[in-house]
Amino acid sequence: MSTIERELESRSELERTLRERERELADLKARLAEWEETAESTPQRETLFSTISGREVKPLYTALDRTEASDEDDLGMPGSFPFTRGPYATMYRTRLWTMRQFAGFATAEETNERYKYLLDHGQTGLSVAFDFPTLMGYDSDHPRSLGEVGVCGVAISSLADMEQLFDGIPLDQVSVSMTINGPAIILFCFYVAAAERQGVDVSELRGTVQNDILKEYQAQHAWVFPPEPALRCIVDMFEWCSENTPKYNPISISGYHIREAGATAAEELAFTLRNGFEYVERGIARGLDVDAFAPRLSFFFDVHNDFFEEIAKLRAARRIWARGMKEKYGARNPESWRLRTHCQTAGVSLTAQQAENNIVRVAYQAMAAALGGTQSLHTNSMDETLSLPTEKAVRIALRSQQILAFESGVTNTIDPLAGSYFVESLTDDLEAEALELFDEIDALGGVVPGIEQGWFQQEIAASAMRQQREVESGDRVVVGVNHFTEGSEKIEIDTLKIDPDVEKRQVAKMAAMRDDRDGARVRETLDALREACGADENVVPRILDCARAHCTLYEIRAAMEDVFGAYKEPVFF
Amino acid sequence: MTPVEPLDTTTAELLERFRDGKIPGLARAISVVEGERSGFQSLLHTVMAGGPQAKRVGVTGPPGAGKSSLVAAAATSYRERDERVGVVAVDPTSPYSGGALLGDRIRMNDIAMDPGIFIRSMATRGSLGGLATTTKEVVDLMDGFGFPRVLIETVGVGQTELEITAAADTVVVVLVPESGDAIQAMKAGLMEIADIFVVNKADRPGSARLVKELRQALHLRAGSALKDIPAHHGVDLGQAMKKERTTDAPATEPEGWSVPVLTTNALTNDGVDKLLRTIDEHRSWLEESGQLEVRRRDRAEGRIRDVVNRELMRIAWRRDEVVDLLREGVEEIAGGEETPYSVARRIVEVLLR
Amino acid sequence: MSDERKIRILVAKPGLDGHDRGAKVIASAFRDAGFEVIYTGLHQTPEMIVNAAVQEDVDVVAMSVLSGAHMTLFPRVKELLDESGADHVLLTGGGIIPEDDVAALEERGIGRLFGPGTPTTAAIEYVREWFAAQNTA
Repeated sequence: MSTIERELESRSELERTLRERERELADLKARLAEWEETAESTPQRETLFSTISGREVKPLYTALDRTEASDEDDLGMPGSFPFTRGPYATMYRTRLWTMRQFAGFATAEETNERYKYLLDHGQTGLSVAFDFPTLMGYDSDHPRSLGEVGVCGVAISSLADMEQLFDGIPLDQVSVSMTINGPAIILFCFYVAAAERQGVDVSELRGTVQNDILKEYQAQHAWVFPPEPALRCIVDMFEWCSENTPKYNPISISGYHIREAGATAAEELAFTLRNGFEYVERGIARGLDVDAFAPRLSFFFDVHNDFFEEIAKLRAARRIWARGMKEKYGARNPESWRLRTHCQTAGVSLTAQQAENNIVRVAYQAMAAALGGTQSLHTNSMDETLSLPTEKAVRIALRSQQILAFESGVTNTIDPLAGSYFVESLTDDLEAEALELFDEIDALGGVVPGIEQGWFQQEIAASAMRQQREVESGDRVVVGVNHFTEGSEKIEIDTLKIDPDVEKRQVAKMAAMRDDRDGARVRETLDALREACGADENVVPRILDCARAHCTLYEIRAAMEDVFGAYKEPVFF
Repeated sequence: MTPVEPLDTTTAELLERFRDGKIPGLARAISVVEGERSGFQSLLHTVMAGGPQAKRVGVTGPPGAGKSSLVAAAATSYRERDERVGVVAVDPTSPYSGGALLGDRIRMNDIAMDPGIFIRSMATRGSLGGLATTTKEVVDLMDGFGFPRVLIETVGVGQTELEITAAADTVVVVLVPESGDAIQAMKAGLMEIADIFVVNKADRPGSARLVKELRQALHLRAGSALKDIPAHHGVDLGQAMKKERTTDAPATEPEGWSVPVLTTNALTNDGVDKLLRTIDEHRSWLEESGQLEVRRRDRAEGRIRDVVNRELMRIAWRRDEVVDLLREGVEEIAGGEETPYSVARRIVEVLLR
Repeated sequence: MSDERKIRILVAKPGLDGHDRGAKVIASAFRDAGFEVIYTGLHQTPEMIVNAAVQEDVDVVAMSVLSGAHMTLFPRVKELLDESGADHVLLTGGGIIPEDDVAALEERGIGRLFGPGTPTTAAIEYVREWFAAQNTA
């Protein structure tokens, strides 16, 4: 055959293929029309056919819902750009997700015992829940801490508490996640100083500190400093960690709290990723090489009730992040494109009524997290709307993950829902919605102006109000709450009570510690910290010095506040 | 003095607590006046007998201008001068539910625990013009209670809030670069009500331009060139206000006070001291020029008209006969027999009989 | 006008817990029910709450407590209200509060406490009924 003949041959083959495809589409459209006719003449249930986020769901999805997309560009292979199918090539065939139950209560000593128990029962990572005073940067003996010490988490006011928390747990052997934001940089320094005292090589530290202040302003409200100095501290941590603790994640960019505060799935996705890009921009503005810090950025998403929407959300998140990092921020290292995430089942979905039902809710949510390709998972305990979880409830939650991982078979193959007309279409839709929300945020002038104007807060509150109305009208069925109720049932679940003596013991311990330490050293290190805050200098080494000198959490916070000021809640409704 | 009505025991007891300087007494007195509960007139009559003493400063401006923050910053500074401060913050009542979300205290959390500061949130309860129907009376109560300084923060929903001139001796208009240019401020009638302009959030881009524009606009007004410029919708708000203020007041602008344009950043306290000094200067000018007296007379006249109007309304609609005529009238209008005018005439005739 | 007395209610978020979804939802619901709602924001001490309640002369204080500190916060606010001569004020609220604690708090003169999943209408009705009873008694 001559070149021309070959050319003609291949062109006619292409034309044949196209004609074939057109015929198939026409055929599909005809069959769909036929189906729609049948569907329209069939009575349907009177209920909401929308996701919990209010997204309308069609009765049937077909290839027509994804005609524009190219699987090669949008899906790729697991472990490669744009990571829609998973951040790693072999996913759970190589390594299961980390089963990480968030825990902490009372004093460091009691929480230490719980950690040892959890590690003995097959948990593979630790996750520290701090009490509210610690989350806000107050010591256990501060007047504002009254009644809250050790109640919702563990009280950590100084290096001594942190050392006791990990007593007998070598910090180079276990990955530890710390949920703390406003004063994150201080607790991180306590942690590093505790590792030093264990004689551990600090560069071996693995784990994550949440350290995501933007979502605090937007949703969870455990802030300390105003946005600009707070962001500066975060970039200080990026810089310090990339040089000193290269295996440690200095941030976990979190959608969880945004979602729990009422956001929809698309808002959670968009706000979280936009916050992530904000941190990237701040790092770049500092002059850091994006590929030096971006590989250590980690994420944290909520897994709510709507099974497919949550799976699609995680898949869309990876794609948006990869594309943004590569195309907008010029990252060249594939590690910078790869979104790794922790997930937690949705606390707001738990009900106090018929609390045992929560075991089932959590199991479905956990399965969505696995099918969405999470790297680690916390499953909520059934009794969390009643109190802190009891040991038994925590064990059932952990066992639910183990049943999922070892019995259900969902871990045998990677991204099993890829190619599903519905799931791919949802993934596309969520990505598109997130990009639209990015534009809205840009129109406000960015994330910080959006926070100052109360935009995020109002969007979240409006979504929360819509969901509340759906539940109260009974349109959105919540089993045991607005349907299938059992009258005035007595709640028969044991709850965990925190001994009121915890506060007294913790306060006494603080007093002893203050007496013991070198007061001059405390003053010196705090003065040096103040100076660093006012200067163009990374504050991490200074805070570390304060930690080593046994300065307390509140002392360090107060010294920084002298320079940085305090954040004030904006007014809006 | 003409007595209003005999004091009932509850009101008498309340007055006693009020006079003893008990905060709950003041708080309850405000509720009685705000709700026009029985005895409210004799209460006000007694409390106001000494005449106005407090320096009343109104703070108005569009939404998002930072009025609450500025009020909080000003109150803090007054406290540093050892001056006790009353604050009235007004928020809108929802026209749909009649309810209201009053959130101005959030901004004042830092000062709320100071015993020298009393903050009261009020809902407009249907009143337009930036204040609640009884805000002026509430200010009188704070004055009578002994607060030498009362700060009044208007609703700030964006409409023109001219009522503030009837409640305050000194009106501070707060703007931010985002709230638009000077032309918009002129059209909104803000030039007529401002004794002092403040450009808040002065660290934001555009603030220098806004300051310049405002100064130019004020300068032009002073030179009369644009003094009587009609507002956007053809209503001259300046004239409207003057009419509302008084019939006999001099038609000329008060001499000798040129409206300053200040810059502040309420969050960092920048410019707040200067604002307080300027408010003091305005006060001195009010006293020396005789304008304070003029404004107080205007207020008294306005208040009498208000009270008479409200009392007439109360008398009218409380009469069963009148309500019956109203109901009948509505039916007759629906049947094409009458018009609102003929029905109203019948009602007025009954009232005047 | 004076015929129908407005219910004034303070919605407060005491303590250090910043989860205000519930507080905001209930504040909006109260507003939509025609109440005048004073919202004081986050991170309030019992002293701040009572100070605001007194100055605003509210009929009701509603607190949202999810932090487990309810056994400290509710009694403290009640005590301060009584000390300030505001013992006529109804102290109610909601949050994550175990049943035994609810009973213990009610014994100490605190009004109804609503658990998770309670419709906002239940709280509105409760406040209305309490208010009506107060004003006919």
